[in-house]
Amino acid sequence: MKYALLICTPVGGAELSPAEIADDPRFTSYIEEVRSRDLVKGGARLRPASDATTVRVQGDEVLLTDGPFIESKEYIAGIDIVEVADLDEAISLASRHPAALGGGSVEVRPVWE
Amino acid sequence: MTAEEAVAAAFQEEWGQVVATLIRVTGDWDLAEECAQDAFAQALDRWRRDGVPRRPGAWLTTTARHRAMDVLRREAVGARKLREAAMLTAPEEPYDDSGVQDDRLRLIFTCCHPALHIEARVALTLRTLAGLTTPEIARAFLVPEATMAQRLVRAKKKIRNAGIPYRVPPAHLLPERTTGVLGVIYLLFNEGYAAASGADLVRRNLCAEVIRLARVLARLMPDEPEALGLLALLLLHDARRETRVDADGELVTLEDQDRTAWDHAEADEGAALLETALRRGRPGPYQIQAAIAACHTTAATAKDTDWADIAALYGELVRFVPSAVVRLNRAVAVGMAEGTDAGLALVAELEREGELSGYHLLPATRADLLRRSGRTTEAAQAYERALELVENDAERHFLEKRLGECRST
Repeated sequence: MKYALLICTPVGGAELSPAEIADDPRFTSYIEEVRSRDLVKGGARLRPASDATTVRVQGDEVLLTDGPFIESKEYIAGIDIVEVADLDEAISLASRHPAALGGGSVEVRPVWE
Repeated sequence: MTAEEAVAAAFQEEWGQVVATLIRVTGDWDLAEECAQDAFAQALDRWRRDGVPRRPGAWLTTTARHRAMDVLRREAVGARKLREAAMLTAPEEPYDDSGVQDDRLRLIFTCCHPALHIEARVALTLRTLAGLTTPEIARAFLVPEATMAQRLVRAKKKIRNAGIPYRVPPAHLLPERTTGVLGVIYLLFNEGYAAASGADLVRRNLCAEVIRLARVLARLMPDEPEALGLLALLLLHDARRETRVDADGELVTLEDQDRTAWDHAEADEGAALLETALRRGRPGPYQIQAAIAACHTTAATAKDTDWADIAALYGELVRFVPSAVVRLNRAVAVGMAEGTDAGLALVAELEREGELSGYHLLPATRADLLRRSGRTTEAAQAYERALELVENDAERHFLEKRLGECRST
């Protein structure tokens, strides 16, 4: 089954660049594992929520908001699409994601296929 | 035995097994339930005519399976499932990673999967394992039938859509998942046990259903002393069920219960199971709670209760379950074993921490210890505080009675 792991980070937490993450030992073992097992089928690392623009349409009018669509304690910092056997395996992967260890959380969502 | 009695007995013994096997065979929870129901309906007809088969469970499973194949044959989309169903007429079952191979155990672990909301776990367990109807479960949990029906639909949908596996978890996940399963069974029992008034038979019957489930679990997990400990605990509690309220529905404390009216056969069975569990040398919270319950049931009179033993057992329990509620229970036991001052000191500690500030049993415990030490004025104040917080009617009446006693002395 395919799952999207929504990587959530606390607002105000450290913003690591992709280069910094690549050098961070907490991430390297995780990245190594998912690569060697070819579990990740897609995804993206997102720039901080402060760089977001939210688009709404009311009638003919396009409304823009600076920032994410909802003010919250956490924001989505990245999305991994993984392919694993079942929810238990997806949970096991999510529970080893450095974001889940470091005060953030990972929302596991089955992909509509 | 008449055919009706045989079907009723088979329903209690075999419902869970039939549904569990059908879920594995078809992968479809609704179809499994539907076919199981159909098989039991057919059994009534056929057993009346042809007599009760030698192995009712096997008869029911085969009949339900045939029914499932009929249904799937009619649905084009069922083609793949049908192949599987046809293959599974062979008796052997696939082994799990954990080496366990009973379908009911798979079903128990799936119903109690931690990715499901606790309410969903409880409802699914009663529906698919114990065979309670949706209206019965709704009544047991005091929610409208439509709400319960929706809860069951949503839970089955999540199992399917989120890919919750139908299996006993692999060895590395087994300990924590087992704790979750035991927790659901314990919660279910408490729900039935709390319905002490006797007015609501469905809620009271829940205890019997849950004990049956606990028996199945203990049998299916022979290497898990906590499963045995839980069964022992439930039996020891249930043995006292008739004496917990008087004829007027008023709560009777353990101290004042008529011990001759306890179900001693049930208590003895619980105590014997506990012995077996403890011999494994792997104690856990359910075994310890069962040991505490056994201290009560084996005491000939309330005065003979070995409170020092109970206080020590609570000390052990706090190590496994360091919750404020367990510590409050320990305070009661210490108060009885070492004197009310020692108990009050532990209560004061909990009051300072504030975690139980909205919980009526905190002032009620303080009140009881004060009452025992003869400080009735202070006790009355504490009872008043407990009455502000209490929600259950039977408990309210009990506290009011105690308050009256304190004021009149």
